[in-house]
Amino acid sequence: MSGVIGKPVNRVDGVLKVTGVAHYSSDIPLTNIAYGVAIQSTIAHGRITTIDTSAAEQLPGVLGVITYLNAPKLYQITFPQPGQPQSSAGNSLQLLQDEIIHHSGQHIGVVVAETLEQAEHAASLVQVTYEEQTPIADMLSVESQAFLPSKIDPLGKPLNYQRGDAEAGLKSAEVQIDQTYSTPTNNHNPLSPFATIAVWQDEKLTVYDATQWVHNVRMVLASTLGIPVAKVRVISHFVGGAFGCGLRAWSHITLAAIAARHVGRAVKLVLTRQQMYTSVGCRPQTYQKLRLGATRDGKLTAITHDNISPTSPFDEFIESTTANSKVLYACPNVTTTHRLIRVNATTPTYMRGPGESVGMFALESAMDELAYTLDLDPIELRLRNYAEIDPESELPWSSKSLRECYQIGAEHFGWAKRNKIPRSMLYGNTLVGWGMASAMYPVNRLPASAIARIMVDGSALVQSGVTDIGPGTYTVMTQVAAETLGLPISQVQFELGDTNMPDAPLQGGSMTMASVGSAVQAAANAVRGKILALAIADEQSPLYNVNKEDIVAEDGRLFLRQQPSLGETYSEILGRNQMTQIEAEASAMPGDEVKEFSMYSFGAKFAEVHVDMDLGMIRVARFLGVYGAGRIINAKTARSQMLGGIIGGIGQALQEETVMDKNSGRIVNANLGEYHIPVNADIGTIEHIFVEEQDSHVNPLGAKGIGEIGIVGTAAAIANAVYHATGKRIRDLPITLDKLM
Amino acid sequence: MNPFSYVLVTEMGMAASAIANPTAKFIAGGTNLLDLMKEGVETPQQLVDINHLPLERVEVQADGAVRIGALAKNSDVAYHPVIQERYPMLSQAILAGASAQLRNMATVGGNLMQRTRCYYFNDTVSPCNKRVPGSGCPAIPGYNRIHAILGTSEECIATHPSDMCIALVALDAVVHTQGPNGDRTIPIGDFHLLPGNTPHLETLLEHEEMIVAVDIPPLPFATQSHYLKVRDRTSYAFALVSVAAALEIKDSIITNARVALGGVATKPWRASAAESVLIGAAVTEETFRTAASASVRDARPQQYNQFKIELAQRTIVRALKQVAAMQGEVV
Amino acid sequence: MDIGKNQHMISEIKVTSLTPGIPFYGDPITLRVNGTEHTVYIEPRVTLLDALRERLGLTGTKKGCNHGQCGACTVLVNGQRINSCLTLAVMHIKQEITTIEGLAKGNELHPLQAAFIKHDAFQCGYCTSGQICSAVGMLNEGHATTDAQVQELMSGNLCRCGAYPNIVAAIQEAREQTRPCV
Repeated sequence: MSGVIGKPVNRVDGVLKVTGVAHYSSDIPLTNIAYGVAIQSTIAHGRITTIDTSAAEQLPGVLGVITYLNAPKLYQITFPQPGQPQSSAGNSLQLLQDEIIHHSGQHIGVVVAETLEQAEHAASLVQVTYEEQTPIADMLSVESQAFLPSKIDPLGKPLNYQRGDAEAGLKSAEVQIDQTYSTPTNNHNPLSPFATIAVWQDEKLTVYDATQWVHNVRMVLASTLGIPVAKVRVISHFVGGAFGCGLRAWSHITLAAIAARHVGRAVKLVLTRQQMYTSVGCRPQTYQKLRLGATRDGKLTAITHDNISPTSPFDEFIESTTANSKVLYACPNVTTTHRLIRVNATTPTYMRGPGESVGMFALESAMDELAYTLDLDPIELRLRNYAEIDPESELPWSSKSLRECYQIGAEHFGWAKRNKIPRSMLYGNTLVGWGMASAMYPVNRLPASAIARIMVDGSALVQSGVTDIGPGTYTVMTQVAAETLGLPISQVQFELGDTNMPDAPLQGGSMTMASVGSAVQAAANAVRGKILALAIADEQSPLYNVNKEDIVAEDGRLFLRQQPSLGETYSEILGRNQMTQIEAEASAMPGDEVKEFSMYSFGAKFAEVHVDMDLGMIRVARFLGVYGAGRIINAKTARSQMLGGIIGGIGQALQEETVMDKNSGRIVNANLGEYHIPVNADIGTIEHIFVEEQDSHVNPLGAKGIGEIGIVGTAAAIANAVYHATGKRIRDLPITLDKLM
Repeated sequence: MNPFSYVLVTEMGMAASAIANPTAKFIAGGTNLLDLMKEGVETPQQLVDINHLPLERVEVQADGAVRIGALAKNSDVAYHPVIQERYPMLSQAILAGASAQLRNMATVGGNLMQRTRCYYFNDTVSPCNKRVPGSGCPAIPGYNRIHAILGTSEECIATHPSDMCIALVALDAVVHTQGPNGDRTIPIGDFHLLPGNTPHLETLLEHEEMIVAVDIPPLPFATQSHYLKVRDRTSYAFALVSVAAALEIKDSIITNARVALGGVATKPWRASAAESVLIGAAVTEETFRTAASASVRDARPQQYNQFKIELAQRTIVRALKQVAAMQGEVV
Repeated sequence: MDIGKNQHMISEIKVTSLTPGIPFYGDPITLRVNGTEHTVYIEPRVTLLDALRERLGLTGTKKGCNHGQCGACTVLVNGQRINSCLTLAVMHIKQEITTIEGLAKGNELHPLQAAFIKHDAFQCGYCTSGQICSAVGMLNEGHATTDAQVQELMSGNLCRCGAYPNIVAAIQEAREQTRPCV
């Protein structure tokens, strides 16, 4: 059915989700299941001296307790492989192999029992004594220990970057901004706590998991347990949100697997909400020093962006905050650096808009400060530094609609009516502020595979081992397959989330559509080509010996474009050939275009905040995002994705902060009551505009990816609006009301 | 959770005998008790389910007081026409607390017994003088942004979490209890205890004693009252500061006033010093500021909650302005 | 779910009958869920949420926080929305419990379910059961008419994917077609 790509199609899995029938990994209905509960370290630094499991083991229903004293040997894995994100669990696995405690909340054991209640109670009875050392909880208390990371950034670019001479650029600048911007630890907090069900049968392991990458979980499990990859199957049909914390195979997955083997039963291990704060990574705190130099007329002469962020005692994770500072503006002199500090905490990881979202808070706040210093409109300042080519790679953009985003956004938002003077808009007790920021996120793509089958009943089944953490992957892949095969959506089933399906990369970095969508399109094209070849070669087919270029597919039927009556259905072709189905598998991967073009999504964000002038309460009353993100596959789910990104950005800007007690190294607000994420009442009017953009370079679908561009720039636009409203420049997120007192 | 036994009681006598077990606890809405049991903060060996006792009514008494049964659900009280009309601050306070679901579960008696949200109290790994007397207070040298500035001690700075109780304190409510030693009526101001050097003692309620009702005396000017809550998000968050305020105004002079504070004190905090300033004074911003300043005169801030001193004052002024405005007095 | 396995476990625990005034340790109790009576063998410490999910196999009701801080576990008891994680199953004998699985009439979706799909009022879908049950309860309560009122009275249901405006739109559309429901 041509034209289904781009339409606001309802989610194909919508009915399953609204009726409660969709099975997330903790919902799998297996019989004879036992319950695993993780035991975690209560101290942040030191070693276990004794573990007494006797009271736990004596409880009725308890099937086993595993600690480092009786755990099986686990193997470390060597990485990376192509496309492997840094810090993949495995090369840094810390799980029941010794008595060393690196952070509070580290898994130190697991209890398995007949019921969840028994397992939870038993876990609470395991007595652990420790030899405790003073933890490092506050990165800045040991700033002198900052070190240069040994690894490179995830895109393979050097972390520390230099073009031109930034110090000279600053010296020659007529105006300078020199500020420090900081952002706190954030936790992903998918609404579903991560859950794993592990089942061993005949030395084969099946794992139902909440993940963004089933093939990675399989590889990590196989390597860690020392068994062949072929003996491990990982299934993840529905994931209750992830936002990055499902990109790694965290150690609770392995814990479930060894627990299941230990008790000879299927084991369900669900992390508690509290455990989610220490078990699946976090967005690390950042401390960013940013300097801008500019001429009086607003041309940037230098940017320096130096980032410090924490990492765990045993691993390196780099929050790539400086990525956009190299490319967003046409500035000749740029230096960026990254340093890490080891603290007694879990290894951080990617969280929605990793690097870019916190880095852009700094860069785009600084640009707003520069605009005020120069008495220039913030959009005008950005236009004066508009990069016509990628200043880092010096490649042309595959497409760039940022100028249009600024312009359309300004018009739609009414930017021209803005009185730029801070505190100039007061209505009753409410200070109103308008702020804006740019957004930018790379177009990523990795190799992916898919298989497509056309059935004799005329329907199609398409599969790829990708996941759907919520963006609507089931739906958009169905659309791509339906359009390619010329079938109505109702005749196409897309299945995912199983390592028995063709390989797909991680669902992250906004790359699923580009990577897996291209593979689905390739597989659909391949199977369509196969069935067409059958017809063309068949004397009994009306399409015998026709030229395949003249054929189109529509409504499950292949026919001559110039003579639509000449054709036949998929069903007829397969039926006559006595075939129940025909299938083709295909892979798709990036080609030389990545050497020829620089590829990014761009956007402009506009925020209106209302601030109570006395009480400091901030509400984002209105928000507009305008995007140049290539081809939009589903106008309905795409808007939801942008909405989610912006609301995530509102949380990042105003509410979210994971706080660690500086003395104990324990997270004090590891719950949804005290770690605030936005509630329904927090949200004002949010609008989205997608700029029409045809980009034939990025990938066959022309889709740039929209998973991150919604959050990037959002916090900066809000912070800039808060400044405009109040005259207070808050450089430390979240902007809570006490900072406005 | 520890295993425990469960007893459903349908008469007061049954409740009295069931609670005689020293490790037993009453359960009604359960929203706070079960939360704490899951964390191991509360470890009763027996739960006595009192939900079927006939204590859920809201009735106007002959003397004009309104009697709220201990088992009345928070939502039923908040939306009760008599409460909305006579004591709007109470309705507003309840609706500012928790979520609609929790208000449908939580009872008035349970709300009176609600325990602090202090991070360290709720984390059984941490020392806590309230949970384990004598073990220490990590909140004082730790992260104390949400903690109290009023009524604190060297032993404890935990904030009382209730919204409802703030309005009840402003309204001079009276708590009725029944116990083995007979019936008691306890003024709400006495019901909750300051931590002092016994932070584990939070209320006057004794183990075998049950709250049966809360009376709110008639207070005609409470129709001109307001509850203002300041928090980190628009809804579903505990107060950083909250103010329950009522003013009686005649000829632009304040003839009577009630002010109570939440989010800043170790117990529901009646701001008597503010009331003293207000009563007899003219309705002016200066009056309100002076009253606000008086109410935090004894504040003792910690490292991360100093902002509450200023925020409390601003919130008091705003709440008073709003109550004055209801009576046509624009300040 | 396989109730038999749990029955095996419970048999080792003292069993007494559930009558007023008598302590209860572990016994068959009957829960009426979505119009059907289910007998389950559970200890008193089993929450209504865990009874639904782990004993009755009604996994549509979700556990997001287990502390009444997210709303994913919202169900209706006698038509009122509550957090099933903060109440015990034994406290709900003889009450009418409605979960997400009980809202559709056969293949005909409840108007709120249909409106949630139409307005794309979810992404990952994990909060959705709780959102929809909460919305049913909110409409039963009758205190929310405007968008702002709906936003406030739906604030007990967190959505990390950020579908809030779509949730409000779905509720407002379904309001007219929704009749009080137990």
